[in-house]
Amino acid sequence: MAQTQSQTPSRLRAALGRALTPSLVIGAGLVLAIVLFGLIAPFFVADPNAVDNAGMHGPSAQNLLGTTQTGQDVLAQLAWATRGSLLVGVIVAFLALFLSAFFGILGGYLGGWLDEVFSLFTNVVLILPGLPLMIVIGSYVQQRGLLLIAIILAITSWAASARVLRSQTLSIRNRDYVQAAKIAGEKPHRIIAVEILPNLLPVMSSGFVFALITAILGEAGLSFIGLGVNGTQTWGSMLFYAQNGQALTLGAWWWFVPPGLMIAVLGGGLSLINFSIDGIINPRLRNAPKQLKRVKQAGKQAEQEQAERAEGDTGPDERDETSGHDPDQEEVAV
Amino acid sequence: MSTLVVKELTKTYLLRDGLRFSRLEAVKAVDFELSPGRTVALVGQSGSGKSTIAKLIAQLETPTSGSITLNGKPVGRRGRSLAAYRDEVQMVFQDPFASLNPFHSIGHHLERPLRLHGKATKADAREKALALLERVNLTPAEAFIDRKPHELSGGQRQRVAIARALAPEPSVLVADEPVSMLDVSIRLGVLNLLARLQREENLALLYITHDLATARHFSDEILVMYRGDVVERGPSDDVILSPQAEFTKQLLVAAPEPAANPRFLAEAQRRGVPMPDHLAALEEPQ
Repeated sequence: MAQTQSQTPSRLRAALGRALTPSLVIGAGLVLAIVLFGLIAPFFVADPNAVDNAGMHGPSAQNLLGTTQTGQDVLAQLAWATRGSLLVGVIVAFLALFLSAFFGILGGYLGGWLDEVFSLFTNVVLILPGLPLMIVIGSYVQQRGLLLIAIILAITSWAASARVLRSQTLSIRNRDYVQAAKIAGEKPHRIIAVEILPNLLPVMSSGFVFALITAILGEAGLSFIGLGVNGTQTWGSMLFYAQNGQALTLGAWWWFVPPGLMIAVLGGGLSLINFSIDGIINPRLRNAPKQLKRVKQAGKQAEQEQAERAEGDTGPDERDETSGHDPDQEEVAV
Repeated sequence: MSTLVVKELTKTYLLRDGLRFSRLEAVKAVDFELSPGRTVALVGQSGSGKSTIAKLIAQLETPTSGSITLNGKPVGRRGRSLAAYRDEVQMVFQDPFASLNPFHSIGHHLERPLRLHGKATKADAREKALALLERVNLTPAEAFIDRKPHELSGGQRQRVAIARALAPEPSVLVADEPVSMLDVSIRLGVLNLLARLQREENLALLYITHDLATARHFSDEILVMYRGDVVERGPSDDVILSPQAEFTKQLLVAAPEPAANPRFLAEAQRRGVPMPDHLAALEEPQ
């Protein structure tokens, strides 16, 4: 007992160590910083909507990121916008994950006509043009709440990962260990939840991260054209007001750069996380850059050695040639 | 103890190639009987329908026609009667690298069937799983139970797979090429384990293989299959020593005999090793 107990944590640490790649550490660090900023900063900043007669001015001791045209503090707006954008992103990612798991895994495992119907539905949703649909629904509804926008974003973004999950499920359900679980007498719901789902976790988490990125970008796009959530600050709505306030022509970089940078950094961080998840799913991808480098180095080394040999000793080469002639002559003689 | 009887078992797959359909008769009207304490070997090349028979018996596939009866009762297709059937009939898969879930510990693979078949409660499942590991010679069991499948060798995994099949305390065991994916050096160990467990439990064993030599060694009766048909059957020694069907003869000739290598013969002669008669006869034409 004591032996196994002491072994388990070290094995866990070893597995963690293998999963920790530089890209994961950097990506997780960036995302964590932004999430903490969105969680904590709103408690410490001033009212983001408070108008000030001072008007627009650049960063100063009082307003660290300057103010907008109506004198609102940009830092305060950024703090609340971060919280709003992340909230939309997380809600959408969970909804999309649920939808894709439901249609992908259930259809893939149960097969038959249910799979046909689910696949057809998934394919139809997949070819729906996302942004135009969002615009149509967004402009049709008058009072756009956060949940409504989240649902619109979710129903336009789950289909791709549902297809991935379906094909993965199709491959896993025919593996011997699933057949063995059937023979052991496991019920279908337990086979899906206990035998299949854990093996889909890497694919699902990569889908989750991908949905998070698309949701935040999609929401920013909607808000930027003025069809975003009413009454909630997001990065997109900040950009929308900056555009309306002619921040670009006025050179007020402190107004539009922070939200834009936040979107870019979060997208980059999440992508880095996704790359390392890919590395966990397919270890060959993780080693690919390293191996490419090794192949190149080996090639260079071989070239170098060849060059050295060619330069260094011309003598032995000649001798080789002469010795090469002898057997020929012998053959002729024979 | 129970007897499993297979009668006129047929499985036909409908294949589709574009708009054209064709039939593949994987198993054609096969009969045999598995009785306690006896081993029946099913021998044949790849694609001869051996594994399809295993899947049909394990209820992973439904037969097109024919019947499988356990103690005279037809097998259950679903619900409680299927569960009762699974209590009695278990299977060991060919590939130990595919038959254990990479996400779960060895303990999970043994505790689940123990609990599903009412052989253990939540409290004593671990204890019973440890006992199972010891029965398949994975000792010390404590060192194995918490490991993941990828930390075990092929032979160790196949032992776990055998332990899992034994967990419900079945009376019929189907072993689908249990050693074909293992290193030659550990095959005999796994086969001897199966033979010992069969003796101890008085199991009815269906041993599926493409290797006539082990089939002769471990089984009482051999069925030779060729493209879905049983082309020859009988007591092991009869089939091996006086094969009747053309295909069985081909199978026997196809097995490599290292001693028949001319280089070996020359070396044996040089060292003055006495030559077995049938090899001496081989040597003569040279």
